[in-house]
Amino acid sequence: MAYEHKKIIFDPIVDNNPVILQVLGICSALAVTSKLSTTITMCIALTVVTAFSNAAISLVRNHTPSSIRIIVQMTIISSLVIVTDQFIKAYAFTISKDLSVFVGLIITNCIVMGRAEAYAMKHPPLPSFLDGLGNGLGYSALLMVVGVIRELLGSGSLFGYPILPLDRDGGWYVPNGLLLLPPSAFFLIGMIIWVVRSWKPAQVEEPEYRIYHAPRPEVAS
Amino acid sequence: MPASEPDSSVAAAPVESASRTLMVTLVVCLVCSVVVAGAAVLLRPIQETNQKADLIRNVIAVSGLLKEGLTEEQALKRIDARMVELATGDEVKGIDPNTFNIVKAGKDPEISTELTRREDVAGIRREPRYLPVYRIVGPNGEFKKLILPVYGYGLWSTMYGFLALEEDLRTVQGLRFYQHAETPGLGGEIDNPKWRAQWTGKVLFDANWKVQVEVTKVAIDSSTPEAQHQVDALAGATITSRGVENLLKFWLSDRGYGPYLSRLRHERS
Repeated sequence: MAYEHKKIIFDPIVDNNPVILQVLGICSALAVTSKLSTTITMCIALTVVTAFSNAAISLVRNHTPSSIRIIVQMTIISSLVIVTDQFIKAYAFTISKDLSVFVGLIITNCIVMGRAEAYAMKHPPLPSFLDGLGNGLGYSALLMVVGVIRELLGSGSLFGYPILPLDRDGGWYVPNGLLLLPPSAFFLIGMIIWVVRSWKPAQVEEPEYRIYHAPRPEVAS
Repeated sequence: MPASEPDSSVAAAPVESASRTLMVTLVVCLVCSVVVAGAAVLLRPIQETNQKADLIRNVIAVSGLLKEGLTEEQALKRIDARMVELATGDEVKGIDPNTFNIVKAGKDPEISTELTRREDVAGIRREPRYLPVYRIVGPNGEFKKLILPVYGYGLWSTMYGFLALEEDLRTVQGLRFYQHAETPGLGGEIDNPKWRAQWTGKVLFDANWKVQVEVTKVAIDSSTPEAQHQVDALAGATITSRGVENLLKFWLSDRGYGPYLSRLRHERS
């Protein structure tokens, strides 16, 4: 069967976004989005890890006994995460200090494991690589939106460059401190999910159960 | 390997055998460990240079040398790093001050001592036996300033920073924190340049070389003699402000750099 490479990459960005539709990878989305420079580093790290782990896992998928497949996936993913972490420490030291443990925690990011298990175990390396790339980009797209809002309104800057002049430096903008705290990312992601699902009602989940209204019993006298 | 999707060979019999499981485990582990070890070894020199550069950059930032119009390389030549044994105030040789890790040293039982609750003013639990100090020298090697690493607990985190003292060893040239996790916008304002600027010119000792410094919530009356020891606390960050005061009191006391500072004073008088 021919794979539609474009569709594999671009589908997870809006139609099947891992954060918006599947609500995965929320933890790191809260932690790293207070500044754009850390957000973008984290996005690149996660995209690289998801893409390459998908490709590697897909390469060995036909040789992996199913009894140890999760461990094999974890080993490959953690190795890639460590390598990525080492690269960030070597080439983006100040950003790596801000990211602290969160690059290491990509290992536990549900998006990576989810794509490995759901896609890479069943498809050849190239589509798997593209699927990982697409899901990484989907995660990145959402994080960038959250990051822009948080840094712009929380610190009045983008990538550290002042955009809105702050009142403490003599400007007019009083920064909103809440946006620098992790819970604000929750509110923002919640609102984005709301907007996207209003725009594409197909993404609204079926309720798992409905409250059953029992017919009012006749009052026996 | 056929390029067809959902292939059922994953569950085929030979793949599931015990020998196959062992083989796959071995190969995967071997390849992964080579990749991980390779990256760690190849990138270590760059990472170490980064760490050193980062520390020194903070020392240079607090030293005020850049404000005097020096470039970073020129400033680097003016820094004379030494290791000091805190209890005696002796300078020790044999430990490289440039690679000494202050954060790790404070946790390592081999090179740190536990503090009793009464001694532990700064909330750091253990105190390293040795710490690096940085002497800033003039163009001809004469002593100009002294930079001391200081740290202590704020509200959420240990705040690591540098205190720069002027030539008289009692006036602050600068105080700057390079690592902390205080609340952004409240305690995190210890990084605010305006608040940092307040410290410059403050005097940390009284006439008898007793530590005197206060971070106060009351408006400072600059006509009183106490004003030179007082700094405005951060609004909405009482505990962080108190933490800064406490850590200065601790590190300037006899438990901290006291012995070294008094030795330096005698040498210079």
